[in-house]
Amino acid sequence: MNHAQLRQKIAFALLGVATLMVVVPIILTIVYIVLHGYSAMSWEFISQPPKNGMRDGGIFPAIVGTVYLIIGTMVFSLPLGILSAIYLVEYARDNTFTRLIKLSVVNLSGVPSIVYGLFGLALFVMFMGFGTSILAGSLTLAIMSLPVIITASKEALESVPQAYREISLSLGASRWQTVRYCVLPYAIPGILTGTVLALSRAAGETAPILFTVAAFYLPRLPRSVFDQVMALPYHLYVTATQVPGIPQNIPFATALVLISLVFLMNVISFVLRAHYRKKRQW
Amino acid sequence: MNLDIEVLRNEILGVIGPANSGKTTFLRAINRMNDLNVNYRQEGTIVFDGTDTRTISETLLRKRIGIIFSLPQVLPVTIYQNVAYGPKVHGTTARSVVDGIVEDALKKAYLWDEVKDRLHMPAPKLSGGQQQRLCIARTLAVGADVILYDEPCSGLDPISTAKVEDAMRQLKADYTQILVTNNTKQAARVSERCAFFLMGELVELSNTDALFTHPRDKRTDDYVSGRFG
Amino acid sequence: MRLTRISEKIIEAAIRLSGLLVIAFVLLIFLFLFANAVGFFRLYPIGRFITGTKWLPISEPPTFGIIPLLLGSIYVTVGAIAVSVPIGVAAAMYIGEVAPAWLRHVLKSLVEILAAIPSVVLGFIGIVWLGPFVASRFGLSTGMCGLTGSLLLAFMALPTIISISEDALASVPKSFKEAAYGLGATKWQALWRIVLPSASSGIIAGVMLGIGRVIGETMVVLMVTGNSSRIPTSILQPLKTLTATVAGEMGEAVTGSDHYLALFAVALVLFIITFVINFLAGLSLKRSRR
Repeated sequence: MNHAQLRQKIAFALLGVATLMVVVPIILTIVYIVLHGYSAMSWEFISQPPKNGMRDGGIFPAIVGTVYLIIGTMVFSLPLGILSAIYLVEYARDNTFTRLIKLSVVNLSGVPSIVYGLFGLALFVMFMGFGTSILAGSLTLAIMSLPVIITASKEALESVPQAYREISLSLGASRWQTVRYCVLPYAIPGILTGTVLALSRAAGETAPILFTVAAFYLPRLPRSVFDQVMALPYHLYVTATQVPGIPQNIPFATALVLISLVFLMNVISFVLRAHYRKKRQW
Repeated sequence: MNLDIEVLRNEILGVIGPANSGKTTFLRAINRMNDLNVNYRQEGTIVFDGTDTRTISETLLRKRIGIIFSLPQVLPVTIYQNVAYGPKVHGTTARSVVDGIVEDALKKAYLWDEVKDRLHMPAPKLSGGQQQRLCIARTLAVGADVILYDEPCSGLDPISTAKVEDAMRQLKADYTQILVTNNTKQAARVSERCAFFLMGELVELSNTDALFTHPRDKRTDDYVSGRFG
Repeated sequence: MRLTRISEKIIEAAIRLSGLLVIAFVLLIFLFLFANAVGFFRLYPIGRFITGTKWLPISEPPTFGIIPLLLGSIYVTVGAIAVSVPIGVAAAMYIGEVAPAWLRHVLKSLVEILAAIPSVVLGFIGIVWLGPFVASRFGLSTGMCGLTGSLLLAFMALPTIISISEDALASVPKSFKEAAYGLGATKWQALWRIVLPSASSGIIAGVMLGIGRVIGETMVVLMVTGNSSRIPTSILQPLKTLTATVAGEMGEAVTGSDHYLALFAVALVLFIITFVINFLAGLSLKRSRR
């Protein structure tokens, strides 16, 4: 083996080590959470409300709260996101307005989550008077999710062959008809995948809901969109930092439930993507 | 480019010329497909059936002037749905009516016999030549009077090409057709009059026989005899 | 099925409006932050805010100097980038150029899994494991310090850096590599001398995006960096970042008070910083794609 090949072996080994340094902690983190959280997991934990200042009982309301927030986020972000993407891909010309929109999308995606939280507080909780509520929290999370949904939808729309649009227009269909019958149906899988991914991220976020919706100890389930609600990420944060004397496996179990939910959504998104890729005819 | 052309009803007008001579641009200007390109500029008028094409709405114009692209482009749906798409988009939804339109269009495009038993098969599964005739049927189904062809047989084998050309001849009786082609022999076979474009300019327009046997312009002569192209 | 002209026009108007709304949101965010920050600067001179070295919101009188917070953010960011860039770029090289196809799939999935882990979970791991670990290794009284934060942030930045670096490496034209092989270079030599340098502007864009992510991260730093607003002299000390300040103190600040408005000013600084970083990163990405 000559000098150059020896160097290559060493170099590649180092690269491999670096990769291990990335991969091993990932696996260890998951294993760690599973091992420590497993002991507190039980059907009761998932289905019962908390008792005794959270030292007993379960986290059912937090799970419900997170689910409500996911739904709320979807309701507000999905239509707006898809329509914006349709505008950018199908209607926009290459002018300043379009470039501004694209710039805005990029900027929104870089805004720190706590700034969203503060914005949500100022706009939805205070200015619009919704108070800390599912409504305010969902709206905040929705704006945060917008760039992801727009980007994913944009890619999905752009991947539909241009020929379909040409065919439709050459037969005398209008722009909207073309979008509705010849483009959108084929972009839906990509849009769906991107949406589920965006929602899985929203489900795990804490900062945007700190001041807009989250409450710690609400044994009752919310009864309207104007109610506060418990949420898994916030619950983990509080039990990890602010509840003295809590048995440690409770926050571990909460973390376990949270990452299970997030991973479940990721898996769904992945399965959707694979399923539609197979069905594709072009 | 500068043009002044008159197209006669029920003729097949051939348009020949080397690449980049403006043939496709000319063709697509007729049914305003060039408008899809943001950088397109056009001056002057195109008159269709007595009216300036710019004063008619694009959707109506394209209903009456259809276009067949060079690569067979079918939607990834069934044969039936491909042909029915046009009528659907223009408001015809009654099943029996659409059935009739589809059958009629496929017959005129010389495709009915080959597909009548499998109308609900996905269109992409057809051969290239069949797909191209499907495109013709699609255009007929919306009620076009004029059919534009943009090098429609460039990707097809000789047998499929022959079938497409047969369809064109069949259609001559009721439709006006403009055929842009890179294949001078095809133009000679199919068209009655022929236009020669070179570098964005209309060089010569005359009866096909005359154009090929004794062209007026030397450049035409050079092209059709293969000295360049 | 053909909608009337009117309902189609309505739909198209809605579509155009959506584009407008996106711009509106960015402006709104800036506006609300700015309005409240300006309200703050009427009560407290902006000069003292920007150059002040003490952040003591609850003392009498309160001082709102942003330097300790800024330094805190900078410390953890520098620490995180110093760790994640070498490791991330190296891993990207391994995944993209060295690993066999099946392994590449596995590794990419693992990196995606990492990207999916919520930040609060990582903060939690910091509290229960990494913090005590750092404390015992460095003989500190508490592991809630800048280093713990940096390490976790580095971990969080890895997916961004790895995936963008991977893209950058993959978009180097194959002909470069083949030319190198043709001259007798080994795979590594081609990688190190040709591919990596050509991909550098893309990688730099990735690093900038990583920086933007790290500076904007809230929960991890809130939970593990100790939240002390003294100017840190070493990364082994507790510190406080811009993000943690807003997140941690907003709950206590009385609405409309100085403190409340000051936090908006901090958020505005954050917004501007991340805006600039992302803008530069976007420019760099565009340049790398040419």
